[in-house]
Amino acid sequence: MVKQKINMAEYILMKGNEAIAISAIRNGCDGYFGYPITPQSEVMETLMAEEPWDSTGMVVLQAESETSSINMLYGGASCGKRVMTSSSSPGISLMAEGLSYLAGAELPCLVVNVVRGGPGLGTIQPGQGDYFQACKGGGHGDYKMIVLAPNSAQEMYDFVDLGFELAFKYRNPALILSDGVIGQMMEKVELRPMKPRWTEEEIIKMSPWATTGKTPDRKQNVLTSLALDAAVHEALNHRLIEKYKQMEEEDVRFENYLCEDADHMIVAYGSMARVCENTVDLARKEGIKLGLLRPITLFPYPTKEIQRLVPQLKTIMSVELSAGQMVEDIRLAVNGKIPVNFYGRLGGIVPSPEEVLEAFKKEINK
Amino acid sequence: MDIKDIIKPENKVYSKSPVLLDNVMHYCPGCSHGTVHKLIAEVIEEMGIQEKTIGISPVGCSVFAYNYVDIDWQQAAHGRAPALATATKRLFPDKYVFTYQGDGDLASIGTAEIMHACNRGENIVVIFINNAIYGMTGGQMAPTTLMGMKTATSPNGRREDIHGKPLKITELIAQLEGTCYVTRQSVQSVASARKTKRAIRKAFENSALKKGTSFVEVVSSCNSGWKLSPVKANEWMVENMFPNYPLGDLKDI
Repeated sequence: MVKQKINMAEYILMKGNEAIAISAIRNGCDGYFGYPITPQSEVMETLMAEEPWDSTGMVVLQAESETSSINMLYGGASCGKRVMTSSSSPGISLMAEGLSYLAGAELPCLVVNVVRGGPGLGTIQPGQGDYFQACKGGGHGDYKMIVLAPNSAQEMYDFVDLGFELAFKYRNPALILSDGVIGQMMEKVELRPMKPRWTEEEIIKMSPWATTGKTPDRKQNVLTSLALDAAVHEALNHRLIEKYKQMEEEDVRFENYLCEDADHMIVAYGSMARVCENTVDLARKEGIKLGLLRPITLFPYPTKEIQRLVPQLKTIMSVELSAGQMVEDIRLAVNGKIPVNFYGRLGGIVPSPEEVLEAFKKEINK
Repeated sequence: MDIKDIIKPENKVYSKSPVLLDNVMHYCPGCSHGTVHKLIAEVIEEMGIQEKTIGISPVGCSVFAYNYVDIDWQQAAHGRAPALATATKRLFPDKYVFTYQGDGDLASIGTAEIMHACNRGENIVVIFINNAIYGMTGGQMAPTTLMGMKTATSPNGRREDIHGKPLKITELIAQLEGTCYVTRQSVQSVASARKTKRAIRKAFENSALKKGTSFVEVVSSCNSGWKLSPVKANEWMVENMFPNYPLGDLKDI
């Protein structure tokens, strides 16, 4: 049975970054606009080598800067097209202005951040220090992005399609928050069936707000984040808030590994979640009832799932490749009911499962 | 004779383009923006391309261009209009895409975007309003502000040792191989407005022929920012702006 299943699909060994590129072509992406930066350059390199303009008609363009890439997304998204970019931490900082404008004008797009260590030029090694930037804004004003955290090359592939689906569901930017480990790691990836690009007729039907050209049967479409009238602007803010609430109701995603009988729980996402899965296995062998909660959406955050588990838990530990960012959201969810500990490594150092287990034991034996 | 006897179709000598909306313009009396908007609307009407034209409005006084010209619009962040136009035109190659940008937007904060869009030869139209000042924010110095000119941020006049000399951005644009038509026009008289309209039409026609980027600078007045009456502002523009920014085609291939 298993063999048959494998034969029905196409499996390829590839890097997480390559999976993003191949998935974009196979999922009907209309345009990619990017600028080279380590450790994600394989995304645009793969797209340029594949030359999808000859196969699906997808546009691929190397922009003059990340500032320009994100504004090309504003233009493409305004046309109702499926457009995306990818970058790494410093490049995403340059895009912050544009992301705020896209959120303000309610435009769907997909941005991939293959996170490296910071601040500043930092390091080209992996990191998770862009959690605040991704989940708490990054740009100016009250806005949120849908943030997806893949933990494998397969999820890099799958979240391109999911990211576009959610971006268009909410008319909002979606961000894949990956890291240098997931981007560079080679794994087996199953290629899902191809999805065609949308025709102009489909775009006009699905996205009647898009700038497809003003026809006599409708009023002009204007995509702007500007509203100088205070009441009009407050109404826009409230509409955005309602949208973010709906995301929290309908689109929280997470994976719960051995949490149902757990006394203690680790919360980790992305590459750290892969490591912590092994930590849980090691702890279980020692008779410690440890579980792992892996948030897949970092916004909306699985706050309710944490709150559901709190009554049975003695402690929670957040493990991150940062100085302690996601831990704040866990503490907000827990609201002081049980201790919430933190363990993190920086500079691109990824701790081993054993190191995390030692850190966990040290905390619970305090 | 009653006025009703005069208002008859056969006596009509002028009508507003249907591509212009009925909204009252927020521009100051004497400002060039209104005239240029009207010319763009007339070109779109005469070419019959209202359903195929997408405008990109900037940050500055003309951010509200979408309130006046009845087409689909995208409103860009400050300086980024050429990036939006690039993606729009590449994803919709059969549409007419133009940016409308001021001197602060195009020649200061958006220098990288305009240079690279023009260098790539994007098949777009750029309308560049150069009035040598930031209008909307209250009359600050622009890259194109003339030497000695007083603004809110050069209250004693622009000085070379502090601010450098005016940026001749259009001359730079004309050097780029991606541009096919680079021209400098004005709208202070009926004759000059007619010439500008012909330039805008040519730029839109080039776009359909996929010849590269067409760039139309309109040397304009900002009488509020210059603190002159509309008539005096036009006179000042002819005497001071035109010697620095001479009118005519810089490139036409």
